[in-house]
Amino acid sequence: MELTGAQIVVKFLEDEGVEHLWGYPGGAVLPIYDALDTTATKLQHILVRHEQAATHAADAYSRATGKPGLVLVTSGPGATNAITGLATAYMDSIPLIVITGQVPTNMIGLDAFQEVDTVGISRPIVKHNFLVRDVADLAETLKKAFHIALTGRPGPVLIDIPKDVQNAKTEYTYPESVNIRSYNVVTKGHSGQIRKAIDLMMNAERPVFYTGGGVVLGDASAQLTELVRTMGYPITQTLMGLGAFPASDAQSIGMLGMHGTYEANLAMHHCDVLIAIGARFDDRVTGKIEKFCPTAKIIHVDIDPASISKNVKVDVPIVGPVAQVLEDMLDMLRHEKRKPNSEAIAAWWKQIDEWRSIKCLTYQPSTKVIKPQSVIELLHEITKGDAYITSDVGQHQMWAAQYYPFDKPRRWINSGGLGTMGVGLPYAMGVKMAFPDAEVACVTGEGSIQMNIQELSTCLQYGLPVKIICLNNRFLGMVRQWQEFFYDRRYSMSYMDSLPDFVKLVEAYGHVGMKVTDPAELETKMREAFAMKDRLVFMDIQTDHTENVYPMIPAGAGQNEMILV
Amino acid sequence: MRHIISMLMENESGALSRVAGLFSARGYNIQELTVAPTEDETVSRLTLVTEGNEQQIEQIVKHLNRLVDVVKVVDLTNGEHIERELLLIKLMATGAHREELKRLADIFRAQIVDVSATTYTIQLVGNKSKSDAFINALDASLILETVRSGALGIMRGEKRLQI
Ligand SMILES: Cc1cc2nc3c(=O)[nH]c(=O)nc-3n(C[C@H](O)[C@H](O)[C@H](O)COP(=O)(O)OP(=O)(O)OC[C@H]3O[C@@H](n4cnc5c(N)ncnc54)[C@H](O)[C@@H]3O)c2cc1C
Ligand SMILES: Cc1ncc(C[n+]2csc(CCOP(=O)(O)OP(=O)(O)O)c2C)c(N)n1
Ligand SMILES: [Mg+2]
Repeated sequence: MELTGAQIVVKFLEDEGVEHLWGYPGGAVLPIYDALDTTATKLQHILVRHEQAATHAADAYSRATGKPGLVLVTSGPGATNAITGLATAYMDSIPLIVITGQVPTNMIGLDAFQEVDTVGISRPIVKHNFLVRDVADLAETLKKAFHIALTGRPGPVLIDIPKDVQNAKTEYTYPESVNIRSYNVVTKGHSGQIRKAIDLMMNAERPVFYTGGGVVLGDASAQLTELVRTMGYPITQTLMGLGAFPASDAQSIGMLGMHGTYEANLAMHHCDVLIAIGARFDDRVTGKIEKFCPTAKIIHVDIDPASISKNVKVDVPIVGPVAQVLEDMLDMLRHEKRKPNSEAIAAWWKQIDEWRSIKCLTYQPSTKVIKPQSVIELLHEITKGDAYITSDVGQHQMWAAQYYPFDKPRRWINSGGLGTMGVGLPYAMGVKMAFPDAEVACVTGEGSIQMNIQELSTCLQYGLPVKIICLNNRFLGMVRQWQEFFYDRRYSMSYMDSLPDFVKLVEAYGHVGMKVTDPAELETKMREAFAMKDRLVFMDIQTDHTENVYPMIPAGAGQNEMILV
Repeated sequence: MRHIISMLMENESGALSRVAGLFSARGYNIQELTVAPTEDETVSRLTLVTEGNEQQIEQIVKHLNRLVDVVKVVDLTNGEHIERELLLIKLMATGAHREELKRLADIFRAQIVDVSATTYTIQLVGNKSKSDAFINALDASLILETVRSGALGIMRGEKRLQI
């Protein structure tokens, strides 16, 4: 069938099974927008209000479903607006696919209207990118993009399509598969290495599982849960890994790292065998590298060889997809005659329970002012712990991670690696689009929400009744906290003056707004909000602005050097 | 330590900037770089020289492998290999210097490839230390222009870098 490049894009996306496309039109993508009008049958395009939000929404769609998120934007400013979203997805290894329009090939390099070197600008923040110069290559390039984005360590891929290529015609057949000789994905871990890992695990006296986003990305939650329960060892999860193993399980000792629990960080510090799975030894986790897990032998399972021994030298590297590696481990364990050292493990648990008993997440309740932590606890209760929670970046993000125990993977949607303020609302849109019947709440701050607040309009247009839980402390709280601790309380530029009346603002956008200041009213109001099933409700919750996130390991300190209150 | 890393990559526009970009983005440094097509015109051979400890070099190789356009990577330093670079050097050659420079070129088995009334252009093939030695043996005030290709490398014996 002979089609234009633009029609090929639309047809290909449908053949690939894509249902949602987030975007914003402009000159260099008009042919594709036209093809959406004439050619699309199932594909739904969602018109956002800012290209950044398109990338975040598609990214969240992917985080929640495991499928790729799709974005379509124009050249020049459309492409540059998409850059933050690409970087956000790149840092968290999310398979986001961004299609950008480009000026016609014969004008590339001439500083044409709305021309930027999109491939050049995006190169360091994508897994790969393409400039399509010939319509004959288009379908195959699109297929390659999907393949690269989704396999191995996932990541964003950008495809830049000049306008003349969109208009040119060629024969189209859907490419069922693609072969890229320079791109090969490991499908299995080395069995000798897995054997070594089992040996270490069997002989461990103070073992800890340290697991991360790779378990979520690799859909290996079931295997991880079985492995952890089989061994009976404690498990701590990174911010990105939350939910892969149920937080409510007694073997879970909470999140680790800068704002992790006392028990998790001390367990890390004192462990003798560390079993790292799909986690990348980020500096928010390790603290000062020289002081990291000083007595541990380290096993590391990761699909990306470059993640292994990048920050911390490991003893047993295992390169492979986590689901398969854990299957293989479980298989070996089924034939294993040895048992874990029950005496040592019992003593280790006793030690951990002692650390746990200080209850490091306790906070001072109040009847005068709303404590942010209590808002999250209430949110957990009202949503029965079963909502999709998206978050922005700041103190509220940490409280959401600490006080909303996630029992399932892909329920906690946040920006960890780049820490992008402004993701919260578009993230909620992306998730709600994927799961219209699920409860979706966005935990945000008055600073972050204003970075993409225009999307309230998109939510109205597409009927996305998410709940926005704004912990309004009138401060860029996370910045204020660092200034309080490390800059002698000089609160330079962290006070958010001249805040809008959020209730009026959301009402102007056609939604429901609520302002809550009295702790006594909070529960009723929140229940009311969640009872409005088909309305977007924005809860402007005035919280205690003096509250800080604890525990905290100051940057550059060791894991055993936590500030508790 | 100095490492010579050689790779095959897709002969596509942008492939080189991915390699160069990787080095600048991750704070590694490229000391020498050569790139040209191979007998298979879809593939380019890129050779670069970098400096780093074992862990850094390991990371560099892993990151290079991660680039989609890179087909194969080898750290030649790890095995028996031949390293060569081409030096083209233009020298002031007048009076007594003309004879003396010719003699020096002979000692280093270099060739005079271009002559003018006042200059010689000399070509020398060898590894880096040979080029260095030759340059050091010259009277620095006679050097007008130096062009070095950067290292090329190939494994010894039957081993080869292939797709
Ligand atoms: C304000 C703020 C505070 C923060 N504080 C903390 C904190 O206290 N604690 C904390 O943990 N984080 C914190 N973070 C997040 C932190 O910056 C990192 O994003 C996070 O620690 C990285 O998580 P991860 O190690 O699970 O890696 P991810 O970024 O999730 O990486 C996943 C790893 O798994 C691998 N992988 C992917 N797919 C597979 C597969 N199929 N099989 C095998 N491996 C795979 C990848 O190669 C990669 O190495 C904070 C962020 C912000 C913004
Ligand atoms: C786009 C962007 N700019 C700046 C920052 C730095 N930053 C991190 S947290 C934070 C404050 C966030 O304030 P708010 O959304 O009100 O959340 P709070 O910390 O008060 O809960 C800032 C400015 C960032 N992470 N992202
Ligand atoms: Mg705030």
